[in-house]
Amino acid sequence: MNELVEITLRSLFVSGSATLLAALFGFPLGLWLGARGQPQRLAASLLYAGMGLPPVVVGLFFYFLLSRSGPLGSLGLLYTVPGMILAESVLAFPLIAGFAMAGVAAKADAVRRLVKSLGGSELQVHLTLLAESRRVVVAALAAGFGAVISEVGAVTIVGGDIRHATRVLTTAVVIETRKGELERAAALGAVLLGVTLLITAILVLFGEREAR
Amino acid sequence: MIAAEGLEKRFPGFTLRVPHLRAKPGRVLAVLGPSGAGKSTLLMLLSGLLPPDAGTITREGPAVYLDQHPYLLERSVLENAAFGLRLKGVPRARAREAALTWLSRVGLEALAPRPARGLSGGERVRLALARALATEPKTLLLDEPTANLDPANVARVEALIREEKARGRAIVLVTHNLFQAKRLADRALFLLGGEVVEEGPAPAFFNSPKDPRTRAFLSGEMVW
Repeated sequence: MNELVEITLRSLFVSGSATLLAALFGFPLGLWLGARGQPQRLAASLLYAGMGLPPVVVGLFFYFLLSRSGPLGSLGLLYTVPGMILAESVLAFPLIAGFAMAGVAAKADAVRRLVKSLGGSELQVHLTLLAESRRVVVAALAAGFGAVISEVGAVTIVGGDIRHATRVLTTAVVIETRKGELERAAALGAVLLGVTLLITAILVLFGEREAR
Repeated sequence: MIAAEGLEKRFPGFTLRVPHLRAKPGRVLAVLGPSGAGKSTLLMLLSGLLPPDAGTITREGPAVYLDQHPYLLERSVLENAAFGLRLKGVPRARAREAALTWLSRVGLEALAPRPARGLSGGERVRLALARALATEPKTLLLDEPTANLDPANVARVEALIREEKARGRAIVLVTHNLFQAKRLADRALFLLGGEVVEEGPAPAFFNSPKDPRTRAFLSGEMVW
């Protein structure tokens, strides 16, 4: 039971941190691209293509990067939680930036017209757009978090699925299934589903709040 | 008051030219014409939302443009009504107080705490009007404010326009509704393919139009 709690908390920590790290860079980029109303085709294409990045390829890339002979090998991040967070954040980044860009672009013209018609400045256009993008922020965070907490390829390669160190819910499900412990695997899967639904529900509730 | 001289806006395949336009305080200028004639473009030029390619626009005091599909913020009715004042730096409490006064004038005070996104079409237009009027503009630029509204809501919006006219605001009203233009306008302007075909005092414009294209339009013929 204690191990289940430990694995669940580690999953939440890795996925939550990776989502926040990706949001730190993804939101400003998505907002900047979307605020123009018509995002640049190349940037949009790159972000949308990035949404389909295969986790195993990202994992492999980080394995080369963080392995002892790799360019960042001296940091000693391979088979560690910070290494997993880095790899997961790369997976979440295009989702968060892409969702933010598309959501903001859909409102940009209407918000700009409203603010400008009432005598507002360009800065006020952007601030209003940011405030109006609450649902977009939530959708982007939910998409990013959902993608990283449920993926298994990158965390296995970069984290190594080390018991009491880097094992997370998805890798634990794989291990228990391979061992033939199907009941345990199913229980872990149920916890994974529950955690994902709970976090998404909290985010949606936050996004639904209207300013009074 | 708002005035334009030698106004021109060029798009690929379409040019809007308005040699002269003047909307005076306490008067309604109706802008008529078929879809694609340049009516909304003209309002956006007058409001400053679009820069002209040629000509000058003189605005005495602020002019507020009201979109035919007004964007309502994902906030309460009250916060929406106070939004224009907040943009101008009016403190929140004072802005909300003024907004409540305007909401009561448009008959929406009871809905103040409700989310604006749940309003009906007529309520949305009245809220957008309250939001615009709260900033005390000298000129109102209304782009088909009663399109798709039921008769009761049309009557409410028209009553508001009359009240604001009586309070001395200059109003430029784009409408497809000729009866509405007759009811509200002091002057009328007919746009066709980006050109001003005819402009003049409303009684003469509607009763004895000079240009055959204006006559055809007013008699319900299809002109474009």
